[in-house]
Amino acid sequence: MITYEWLYVLAGAAFAIWAGLSLKDGRWGNAAFWGLLATSFLLGSHLSDLANGVLVLALVAIAGFGGLTRSDPPTTTPSERQAHAARLGNRLFLPALVVPLTAVAGTLLYNYTPLEETGLFEARRETLILFGIGVLAALTGACLWLRPPLMAPAEEGRRLIDSIGWAAILPQMLAALGAVFAAAGVGEIIGGVARGVIPEGSVFLTVVVFAAGMALFTMIMGNAFAAFPVMATAIGIPLLIQTYGGNPAVIGAVGMLAGFCGTLLTPMAANFNIVPAALLELKDQNAVIRQQIGTAVPLWACNVLIIYVGAFWLWN
Amino acid sequence: MNYWPLAGIAIVVLGFALRFNPLLVVVSAALATGVLAGLAPLAVIEALGKAFNDNRYISVTWIILPVIGLLERYGLQQRARAVIEGMRGATMGKLLVAYLAFRQIASALGMKDIGGHPQAVRPLVAPMAEAAAVKTHGDLSEDARDEVKAMAAATDNVGLFFGEDIFFAIASILLIQGVLEGAGYPLTSLELSLWAIPTAICAFVIHAGRILAFDRRLGRASK
Repeated sequence: MITYEWLYVLAGAAFAIWAGLSLKDGRWGNAAFWGLLATSFLLGSHLSDLANGVLVLALVAIAGFGGLTRSDPPTTTPSERQAHAARLGNRLFLPALVVPLTAVAGTLLYNYTPLEETGLFEARRETLILFGIGVLAALTGACLWLRPPLMAPAEEGRRLIDSIGWAAILPQMLAALGAVFAAAGVGEIIGGVARGVIPEGSVFLTVVVFAAGMALFTMIMGNAFAAFPVMATAIGIPLLIQTYGGNPAVIGAVGMLAGFCGTLLTPMAANFNIVPAALLELKDQNAVIRQQIGTAVPLWACNVLIIYVGAFWLWN
Repeated sequence: MNYWPLAGIAIVVLGFALRFNPLLVVVSAALATGVLAGLAPLAVIEALGKAFNDNRYISVTWIILPVIGLLERYGLQQRARAVIEGMRGATMGKLLVAYLAFRQIASALGMKDIGGHPQAVRPLVAPMAEAAAVKTHGDLSEDARDEVKAMAAATDNVGLFFGEDIFFAIASILLIQGVLEGAGYPLTSLELSLWAIPTAICAFVIHAGRILAFDRRLGRASK
């Protein structure tokens, strides 16, 4: 059975190669950072929690004190790229499409045919595993077709990972922060505070506090998944559903979407908001969030109205 | 009730506002929160290490970078721009509105992995949007180009977030279902996912309107 552990070995190998190339390039900080990350991927399952914790602190120390720099591995010039693009044409898009198509078509095929009974993939992990298979297929295909220098894929990958830098592990680190917040009972405290500010007897204001709590707590945690159980247990279920008799399907579904409006507004949702700013090499780290404010705020107000009308007017 | 663990949230907000390195901010917040909740410092480091290790799957997606980098070496971004330049009547507004619709519909059908920032926005959508904007408005300033690229990334996010919940077998729908069922309200995932449709329509109308307004604003600014 193919499990996540196989993907960790694959990713660990990629980080290890980038660490080696950084070392050769004389970028010690980068070499140490990607080397530690490779260690986490290759050996993390066998290390103690404390050893993994110390590894995290070391990663943060390197990144926090400016140890990571952008790299400039040898590549083609813009005019060479223009010439390649003209010669290769739209076929260049094919390898890029292989990866999502493998993930999507493979998942559908695996779930809706008897293939699932073979137990080839770890349960509910098939999409990411198929993504990995798609990457290997696209890389092999592109290398056979384009015949690049041997180290070109690794060097081009290093250029991109170094341009992302520390932001590459920020989403994973935020997920870890969420786990620590949960262990410390932050959710229960927030739920208690939110319950405390609700004016009694007003359905509309209770909906507003519920939706605002979803958005704000999502902004703090970086994703709506952490906020939903807290807000549903504190306000959604006891007040909106039980006391005021609202429709549970609307309150649950649209409450979550009010949280998604918060995701558009926070640097804590790093993989959606901060990583793309790094990937697109934007000057302002918050440029993507700035473009999203004008959509998120009115959409949040729409969600309040949808809950109020859908769960209370249409329902009764 | 002990409100001290909330200090971690304050550290996060202040740290981001003062532009400290976000990794440093996040780990400081985790350590402070754990200790203020009464955990031993070593136990907090252990909890952090375990959680980081358990969430490695999030960072696995970077293995796509050699593929994207290799294709860029052979002119993928230049090709994406050329496609747009060859289209008559292609504007940044029309292009991003079409991508928004595509991303929402694909996500609603369960194909949320078809877009995304490393695999679609950086190599394709952002260069295409930039080329279309330059084609209609002439040369753009560095800041305006950054705004166009950021709008491309924002469009990918909006399309994903407000499309994916229409698909009934997605993690967030399963989470809602689980929480409500635990409280004694058993619902099918289809009942929940249908209620994602009104918000999806609002999201399309609002964001498409903003994209088109942004395109017009760029046109006025470049004159």
